[in-house]
Amino acid sequence: MSFISRGFHGRRDDNVDPKRVPPGQYVTHDFPVLSAGPTPHTPLEEWTFSIVNGQERKTWTWDELRALPSEDVTVDIHCVTRWSKLDTAWRGVSVDTLLDEVEHDSPYVLAFSDGGYTTNLPIEDVSNGKAWVAFGYDGEPLDPEHGGPARLLVPHLYFWKSAKWVRGLELRDEDEPGFWETYGYHSYGDPWREQRYAGD
Amino acid sequence: MARAAVRGRLTWQIANVADAVDETARVRTLVLDVPDWTGHAAGQHLDVRLTAEDGYRAERSYSIASAPGEPVAITVERLDDGEVSPYLTEELRAGDELELRGPIGGYFVWEPEDGGPLLLVAGGSGIAPLRAILRHRGRTGSDVPVRLLCSSRTLPDVIYRAELDEPAPGVEVVQTLTREQPAGWTGYARRVDAALIGEVAWPAGENPLALVCGPTSFVETVADDLVGLGYPAPRVKTERFGATGGR
Amino acid sequence: MDALDGNAIAGLLVDVFGAELTTATGVCSTCGAVRPMAELVVYNRAPGTVVRCRTCSSVLMVFVEARGVHCVDLHGLATLDR
Repeated sequence: MSFISRGFHGRRDDNVDPKRVPPGQYVTHDFPVLSAGPTPHTPLEEWTFSIVNGQERKTWTWDELRALPSEDVTVDIHCVTRWSKLDTAWRGVSVDTLLDEVEHDSPYVLAFSDGGYTTNLPIEDVSNGKAWVAFGYDGEPLDPEHGGPARLLVPHLYFWKSAKWVRGLELRDEDEPGFWETYGYHSYGDPWREQRYAGD
Repeated sequence: MARAAVRGRLTWQIANVADAVDETARVRTLVLDVPDWTGHAAGQHLDVRLTAEDGYRAERSYSIASAPGEPVAITVERLDDGEVSPYLTEELRAGDELELRGPIGGYFVWEPEDGGPLLLVAGGSGIAPLRAILRHRGRTGSDVPVRLLCSSRTLPDVIYRAELDEPAPGVEVVQTLTREQPAGWTGYARRVDAALIGEVAWPAGENPLALVCGPTSFVETVADDLVGLGYPAPRVKTERFGATGGR
Repeated sequence: MDALDGNAIAGLLVDVFGAELTTATGVCSTCGAVRPMAELVVYNRAPGTVVRCRTCSSVLMVFVEARGVHCVDLHGLATLDR
């Protein structure tokens, strides 16, 4: 019987619709900043987003990305460290818009970011309205500590898949593990099936 | 320190809160009765673990603010958006139990035989391990000369103020208040910068030993300034608390 | 988001290696920088703990705890000496 700290609750909100909270998660009203490295500061004049398909590469500058149709989305996000935040408001370009400009038949992508972070996803999970390159949060430009100028947003998977400071997607034939996946986190990461670690 | 190095294992144990002392409006010292405490070195820290009824857990590290031989004490600053510090500074009371493990650490420690002259630089709650060092110096009768530079926002924010106002012989305390100073204030009135450090620090030629503790940006500025004054990097020991307080 | 230093993983190092290692010397396998573990850059607000070289920012160590088991990657460290 483990020790219980009298009167300790943490900062969780227990007053939420349980159907919106995946197993093992708790809801927070904060927006915790998690990071594996220093915040990059790529100047917008140098920033690009690329879709890489073997030797081919389609690249958008910041201005070109911003000129693409973008949309406001409100989604719930779930971090593998157990916090969930409901009704977060983002603005971004659907990844479908970007993938539509590239010929591809690869089953997987590896998202890559400034600073070397990577994460792997099946291409279907960044298609069909499931993912964005998000540059706005809560009505403001996305803060650098939350991944600005732009991050990947894939809310149906654990939030480590929503790579901060994203600079592109590599199209892949194999599902090659990214940064956290290499260290034992789940390759897919569905919060509703509690796929936190490899083998879950 | 030797005991901690040999021990090889850190086990969680339940301590009793013997006393809770408000140092400032946001800072409280918890004096703990730790039944299986094996002793500690000045500068070491301990880990605290809180567990809610549903099993939710949070863990934090706090420097031990008391000297070896004194009751174990930690000094906690309440962070407005903190998860653990509001509990430790507002909810927890004498008679409650607290799960902890320690002592931990072997780098940011000082023993009298480490010598000096000693330069201690504290940013906010970074004063905690340095106070342990000062008290240890006093209790061992060491005569190593010490200068303590303490940076706080305002006078009411100065932690251990009464103790720092009456330093032991051989200890000089220099304060800077970075946000607001009372009328008649004769200490420094700005954030620590290279010029300020240059006026306070022992000259590099005296082979001083510096220990710097506080928020990350504070520690890095001060450490860079000391190296700029000629302090060899191995003679500047640092402990970063993160942007807002504990670890 | 400020990084911490190796003091913040002193307890983790005891858990994983069974020894106090903050004064142990680490050598970065990318740039060769030599430092006590206490002076490395630590990011521990993450799905795991990432320790980087203070000189070149390369990843030196990664710690992930999954189901009570520690997974440690040290390949960024050329040597670790006590």
